[in-house]
Amino acid sequence: MTDQAVEGEVGRSRLRKEDARLITGQTNWTDNIQVAGLLHLAVLRSPMAHARITRVDVSPALERPGVVAAFSGADLAEGLGSLPCAWPVTEDIVQPDHPPIAVEEVRYAGDPVAVVVARDRYAAADALEAIEVDYDPLPPVLDLEAALAQDAPLVHADKGTNRCYTWPLATGESFDAVRERAEVTLKRRYHQQRLIPNAMEPRAVVVTPLAASGEYTVYSATQIPHILRIMLATVTGIPEHKLRVIAPDVGGGFGSKLQVYGEEVLALAVARRLGRPVKWTESRSEGYLATHHGRGMIQDIEIAATREGRLLGLKVDLLADMGAYLMLVTPGIPILGAFMYPAIYKMDAYAFTCTGVFTTRTPTDAYRGAGRPEATFAIERTMDELAVELGLDPVEVRRRNWIRHEEFPYTTVAGLTYDSGNYEAATEKALALFGYDDLRAEQRRRNERGDTVRLGIGVSTFTEMCGLAPSRVLRDLRYGAGGWEAASIRMLPTGKVEVVTGTSPHGQSHETCWSQIAADVLGVPFDDIEVVHGDTKAAPQGMDTYGSRSLAVGGEAVHRAATTVVEKARRVAAHLLEASEQDLDFRDGVFSVKGSPEARKTIQEIAFETFTNHDLPDGVEPTINAEHVVDPENFSYPHGTHLCAVEVDTETGKTTIRSYVSVDDVGRVVNPMIVEGQVHGGLAQGIAQALYEEAVYDAEGNLVSGTMADYLVPSAADLPEFTTDRTETPAASNALGVKGVGEAGTIASTPAVVNAVVDALRPLGVRDVRMPCSPHRVWQAIQEARSGGAPAAGGTGGTGPAQSGQSGQAAQSGELGQYGQPGEEGPA
Amino acid sequence: MTHISVKVDGTTYEDDVEPRLLLAHYLRDRLGLTGTPIGCDTSNCGACTVDLDGATVKSCSVLAVQADGCEVTTIQGLARDGEWTALQRAFHEKHGLQCGYCTPGMIMAARDLLRENPHPSPDEVRKALEGNLCRCTGYQNIVRAVLAASGQQDASGHQVSEGVTA
Amino acid sequence: MIPPAFEYTRPTSVDEAVRALAGAGEEAKVLAGGQSLLPLLRLRLAFPELVVDVGRIPELRGVREDGDALVIGALTTHHEVVHDPLVRAHAGLLAQATATVADPAVRHRGTLGGSLAHADPAGDLPAVALALDAELVVAGPGGRRTIPAREFFVDYLQSALAPDELLTEVRIPKRDGWGFHYEKFHPVAQSWAIVGVAALVRRADGGVAEARVGLTNMGATPLRATTAERELAGADDSAAVARAAEAAAEGTRPSQDLSASPEYRQHLARVLTRRAVLTAAGMG
Repeated sequence: MTDQAVEGEVGRSRLRKEDARLITGQTNWTDNIQVAGLLHLAVLRSPMAHARITRVDVSPALERPGVVAAFSGADLAEGLGSLPCAWPVTEDIVQPDHPPIAVEEVRYAGDPVAVVVARDRYAAADALEAIEVDYDPLPPVLDLEAALAQDAPLVHADKGTNRCYTWPLATGESFDAVRERAEVTLKRRYHQQRLIPNAMEPRAVVVTPLAASGEYTVYSATQIPHILRIMLATVTGIPEHKLRVIAPDVGGGFGSKLQVYGEEVLALAVARRLGRPVKWTESRSEGYLATHHGRGMIQDIEIAATREGRLLGLKVDLLADMGAYLMLVTPGIPILGAFMYPAIYKMDAYAFTCTGVFTTRTPTDAYRGAGRPEATFAIERTMDELAVELGLDPVEVRRRNWIRHEEFPYTTVAGLTYDSGNYEAATEKALALFGYDDLRAEQRRRNERGDTVRLGIGVSTFTEMCGLAPSRVLRDLRYGAGGWEAASIRMLPTGKVEVVTGTSPHGQSHETCWSQIAADVLGVPFDDIEVVHGDTKAAPQGMDTYGSRSLAVGGEAVHRAATTVVEKARRVAAHLLEASEQDLDFRDGVFSVKGSPEARKTIQEIAFETFTNHDLPDGVEPTINAEHVVDPENFSYPHGTHLCAVEVDTETGKTTIRSYVSVDDVGRVVNPMIVEGQVHGGLAQGIAQALYEEAVYDAEGNLVSGTMADYLVPSAADLPEFTTDRTETPAASNALGVKGVGEAGTIASTPAVVNAVVDALRPLGVRDVRMPCSPHRVWQAIQEARSGGAPAAGGTGGTGPAQSGQSGQAAQSGELGQYGQPGEEGPA
Repeated sequence: MTHISVKVDGTTYEDDVEPRLLLAHYLRDRLGLTGTPIGCDTSNCGACTVDLDGATVKSCSVLAVQADGCEVTTIQGLARDGEWTALQRAFHEKHGLQCGYCTPGMIMAARDLLRENPHPSPDEVRKALEGNLCRCTGYQNIVRAVLAASGQQDASGHQVSEGVTA
Repeated sequence: MIPPAFEYTRPTSVDEAVRALAGAGEEAKVLAGGQSLLPLLRLRLAFPELVVDVGRIPELRGVREDGDALVIGALTTHHEVVHDPLVRAHAGLLAQATATVADPAVRHRGTLGGSLAHADPAGDLPAVALALDAELVVAGPGGRRTIPAREFFVDYLQSALAPDELLTEVRIPKRDGWGFHYEKFHPVAQSWAIVGVAALVRRADGGVAEARVGLTNMGATPLRATTAERELAGADDSAAVARAAEAAAEGTRPSQDLSASPEYRQHLARVLTRRAVLTAAGMG
């Protein structure tokens, strides 16, 4: 991971341009924004999961000191459309109306019902308590399977069903046919618990109106200023050209700020109504209710294989919790995973179905990885199960099935064409770094001794589709927009450069990396480049940042725009140097005439001479600025091998990660330091899903993990030192050869950890532990296994499709209900 | 309203405040010192960590009136004449931040650690930062940065800069 | 979130504080370090009319010796307790357990008196106070009285303090030469103990002569594992300690919550008691 022998900027661990403001407290978070006359908006939220609103009286709030206005949902409904869902995944999808603020019915605890506008945030918070709301309770809908029953209570009564959609995919041979000829089949059920994204910066929005001209500037802690502008125009009816959206410094997103939120619409609507600037900032516990959640699925997975361990087919049936409403891309999240269940493996048949289900919970949407972590988890857990079934090493069973490096490009059974990869190389490197054989030997010794603290080893070989996305593919998936990205380069007269990008960073270091890319192509100093982003007025065209797309699509656009700048400058240089374009060399930012190196112009000089335009020939436009919009020809497919060793205290159930090795192949690397940082952060979030985090609801539909004291975001003291390394197989689908790295760590790590936990406990008869593998759950799983409650691990040499496994989930019977039957007991 | 006098980053401020005003809101909304962000409402995340009379506190869990007569140092008071402290430099050089929202609190907490324990072990660094949550970095480069600022190497022998005190 | 409005007073003496409390009745809250109260206010789970800030009363601070006892001012912060040489010398269990409370910034503000008066059974220090046989000195309108720790913790978040009383100091009998260990079991570093066990052991002949065991989060109040303590007396090897520890959950009625069932807590109490006692006894 060193950057020896790197000549240019790309490949070098440049320290970040972003840091100076962030480490000195000069950052411009949305909540920092102060303008004259600023009013504070506070939102009253439903305390119930599901109820009819019978009365809202905001007038007592108006009596409170400092209050300027208060509105019920009905007061604001006029002139506001439904919050958008841009991904109706099927033609017959059920798409309920989603008012930015509830008018007749609340459908999750946290649904907005009224707002107060006051002179400061304290007065606004106080006045909320004066608002009177009467509710007529309706039954909560919490269990995904029960929600689909004929007589189930409905989240949206007018729709007649809780089924949002069913999305099928069947490719290759028929799964039933390959199951017939399979020697081994395995069936497992996995639960993807709901997660709360927890970007460190809570959401915030500030709207400043210019009443005279009907113009509005919306500052929002968002990942998607460009998409937000379009959607706000649609929802509020304010013409798009009168709206300017700015994403100032944004403190993390992880998908949670890839959204068009009700509060953004409400702040704009109230600012329009009052003609005054308005700010709303969520508190953390408010955000736990109001900011979308991630994951939330039940996965039934079945594989068919030969006794030698060769996969024949895969069948996946998902139930996906939509929550109460469809938000921006809610229905599409599981579909992003649909193509990833076959992962890096070759097989003949693939059958997939996803059913989206409405529940009376906070809506779900993108959370780091978005569909792909879930898919990777299910297949990687199942590959371990297959290894056990066949008595094979889990690495070996993967090796027997993965696409060999000489087979690329390879079209998978799901229909994706993986352009490049080398699973062998990444795996060999990871095994060596991990000391796999030694750890296995130690594990055997400890198992033989019957140690109280067991060692477990988990494997995860993953790939993902990222770099969203080829627009034609998005069309086929019924996604409401394209997947292109824009960049333009402004060559300023003094030789400085502005790189304008449509990506919208919130921690990803685009200012640094885009500078590196442009510096190499243009041959100008890194420090002479400024990256402009996150403001629809300054960077007018963009598709924003999510899905590990920014480098593969947006970085590629920067690269191509810079290349065009050089081409345009060459034309000017040829004129100024009195040579033909073909006779010019361009190196390190200097055009020189072949054979007479003293005849030279720097590209920065050319920028100035283009500006003065004193001596350009007729017909040459006086600019060397350029822009480029890239539509990727394919997704990119990072991959890697992750290995995790855990120690599980079988007395207390506590899991401690002893070592974690990741070898990722994210293609060519622009900045190794930043790539490593992305992997670290991804690992932490994936490990957090495996061991710590869960949004838990009680039987009434209240979020009981409702504060940061209850929802266990791990700290430095809870996570290990990671060993990260890379292999480098360039992507074939873009000129930079890059693949994307934002989500890799999250996608790969969760199954590696859970596989390790289960591996540690198999000798005790445990076959699965439901996530998060908390001490309590691990202990329960051990108790169940000891009392014979869970079937012992495979190896029974079963013939045919006999191994239908409840995967040890009986261990969860005492839990608060989420995706199974809601438990009786609430929190004490 | 209660009258308070607080010295923040070297400047003394006199104000009448509601007793319930949180120190974090006093800094941000009244003094305009927005370098100290707020990340939670349960004192878990530590983003709002500042120094109060020589010891770190979570400024969201201290009332402004409790800081009356005290001296507060925030992230904005660390650099002198544009010169970053060793910790600020180390966070930059070790890539100890991504989105940067937790960074003011992290740096303040790390500064407190190095004051008490100038040469902590990696585990001691992790323990000392248990009250400061980061969602971006996985903490690894934060630990490296703190060790670097203390003039040490981390477990993996990661390159560190010259030994300097925070 | 934003705390509700309240009146505020900052007395400079214990007498003044008691007068302020007496004048406000049930509606007053004492603010010491604020590390329990402020989060409650911010989540609007408490609505005091008056907050009495005792943070500037000098007589409430500090650690001193008084014969066979250590006297710790109620306002002594966790950080001061952890680092105080007298506490470390004579009540090492308290220093060790206090070092596990929350995180460094919270320990700078949070106080011993505040933690005990808050009477949270999930807090680490109430069980330690029980195990140490601490006495809590409180001041009220009628003067001062001393409450033994075993009588102080009445119910969930409820102490024997009257609304007009202020906890002023904690008296801890010195247990020089006793082994000690606080075994805290929590899912992440920052979270509350699922269960904690505070063990004090007087050693003799390589075994346990006498043991005192306090339990965190095993019921509505902190508890002593009295049966286990009885059976630990005379335990001369680790197997005997293990047998005795099996009684650690006897009589407990722990709660069900996000991180544990009552059965699991009882199981943990047994395991952690064994571990804590063995460590305290140097037999681990």
